[in-house]
Amino acid sequence: MIPEDLKYTKTHEWVKVEGNKAKVGITYHAQEQLHDIVYVELPNVGDEIAKGDNLGVVESVKAASDIYAPISGKVVAVNEEVVNSPELLNQDPYKNWLVEMEIAEPSELDELLSAEEYKKIVEEES
Amino acid sequence: MYRQARYDEPLLNEMHSTEKKDIDANVPTILKRENLELPNIPEYEVVRHYTRLSQMNYAVDINTYPLGSCTMKYNPKLNEEIARMFLYLHPYQDESTVQGALQIMYELQEMLKEITDMDAFTLQPAAGAHGEFTGMLLVRAYHEFREELEKRRNVLVPDSAHGTNPASAAMAGFNVIEIPSNKEGMVDIDALEAATDESTAAFMITNPNTLGIFEEDILEIAHIMHKNGALLYYDGANLNAIMGITSPGKMNFDIVHLNLHKTFSAPHGGGGPGSGPVGVRGDLVDFLPVPIVNYDGEKYFLDYNVKHSIGKVRSFYGNFGVLVKAWAYIKRLGGEGLKNAAIRAVVNSNYLKERIKEHYELPYKELRKHEFVVKPKNATALDVAKRLLDFGVHAPTIYFPLIVHEALMIEPTETESKENLDRFADIMIKIAKEADEAPEILHEAPHNTSIRRVDDVLANRKPVLTWKMYMEMKEKGEIDY
Repeated sequence: MIPEDLKYTKTHEWVKVEGNKAKVGITYHAQEQLHDIVYVELPNVGDEIAKGDNLGVVESVKAASDIYAPISGKVVAVNEEVVNSPELLNQDPYKNWLVEMEIAEPSELDELLSAEEYKKIVEEES
Repeated sequence: MYRQARYDEPLLNEMHSTEKKDIDANVPTILKRENLELPNIPEYEVVRHYTRLSQMNYAVDINTYPLGSCTMKYNPKLNEEIARMFLYLHPYQDESTVQGALQIMYELQEMLKEITDMDAFTLQPAAGAHGEFTGMLLVRAYHEFREELEKRRNVLVPDSAHGTNPASAAMAGFNVIEIPSNKEGMVDIDALEAATDESTAAFMITNPNTLGIFEEDILEIAHIMHKNGALLYYDGANLNAIMGITSPGKMNFDIVHLNLHKTFSAPHGGGGPGSGPVGVRGDLVDFLPVPIVNYDGEKYFLDYNVKHSIGKVRSFYGNFGVLVKAWAYIKRLGGEGLKNAAIRAVVNSNYLKERIKEHYELPYKELRKHEFVVKPKNATALDVAKRLLDFGVHAPTIYFPLIVHEALMIEPTETESKENLDRFADIMIKIAKEADEAPEILHEAPHNTSIRRVDDVLANRKPVLTWKMYMEMKEKGEIDY
């Protein structure tokens, strides 16, 4: 449940690098902890967001949880489909990305976790 | 076994009838209004309707209500009797005709000052979160007066905070920064120290915290705030644990909100409005909302003369009925009685915790105050909560605080006798065993309530907020119930 080709954060976001852009979503573990997701709030296209700042919110019947920007950059696209059908995040959290960002600082990618490093964090938490 | 009434009760507007009811027949035609869209239902049918609804309901007056951080203590009926005496006052009455009412408000301010060791109180906020918001407006006004508001943009909250804390701070225009808890379930002092500087406006904290753990480093926390020019805010939701033992003032807090509907026995949770008085000390006194009730040695009066007041935060004088109930409760218990209530609340919580802790996981420290947090070993918190309803016990707070996964947050209050605590513990243990032996009983619970398990996911994804909305959505085929 932790694809090898993605990068991760301690706060359970995944990052998929595609050229000078990156797609961001939440991990399988994140949606599992939240249970059924009922609401998703995303930033506006064009927003400049710094690494670690709030990128959006996902809410389940259990809790509301902030999504943090894994890297800095401009938001170039948001996935409206998950806003309209939040359950997509439970069904396939890796296919259903949330935000596409322009990569402002490529060096920040090196600070992200590998699949193996992220796996350890998930194991420690459970 | 508990059984709740189960009626197919229509809504009042579905009970509307065009047929002339005999009650109607007695009203002269000249007095009948045709322009009001009220359902045509005789009084006795309305009474029966609400009586039936009440039989499908749950309340503090039915059984144990261990809802963590809500302090669902018994609401003494004497309070209601006393509050009823003021039913016919009008807020525009001349002060000279309402001296008794003003005296009660004045005395309540004085008593709350003594209980919390604060210098002044406003009784205006209508509930806890409103008190928090008022408190945050006071933080703003304080820093603005000192010309520091521009740099003091951050309000810190622990990761175990009540959700209203960050919400209130954000509503007042602050950025919210979360402070992690340490391994003992208390504020991580190093992280707090690192996060605090001249950009910090205030730290909001409840003590004991939502895990029921007393923040032992509270004086150090106050010191860190004050040496950085920031304020310390006390969320009074958990005051029931410390009344008469210690106080927010003794812990060096600057601003306090109380929940009269929790700690001081006024009903809440659908049973009545709340009341969230805010107390302050030192220079903050000059910023309180107006009016304050004052006494000049001869008469009580509404005092609008507060130097840098943030203005009014509520129409008229707050939820006056709730103030009367809290006043009656405090007068009846006295200092000694309040202290005993706090001790009893803490003993009850720890007794219950000891009885069930082998059957549930108890994260963090052993000793708890008025509430404690456990998690099921072999079930979800939701399933345990739903199964409790089958035994006629209200569910505890679940999935909160967020730092404990599958949390059950239990606060029995001082109300419950040892027999009731034992009964509750027995039920909790039985449910833990069921989770091991017959988990499907839990998944399908509740079995004995008016309404079985509600589809909360559907309710959140497709909220139906009004009857009109329901009819429209049904017509469009958007819902199939």
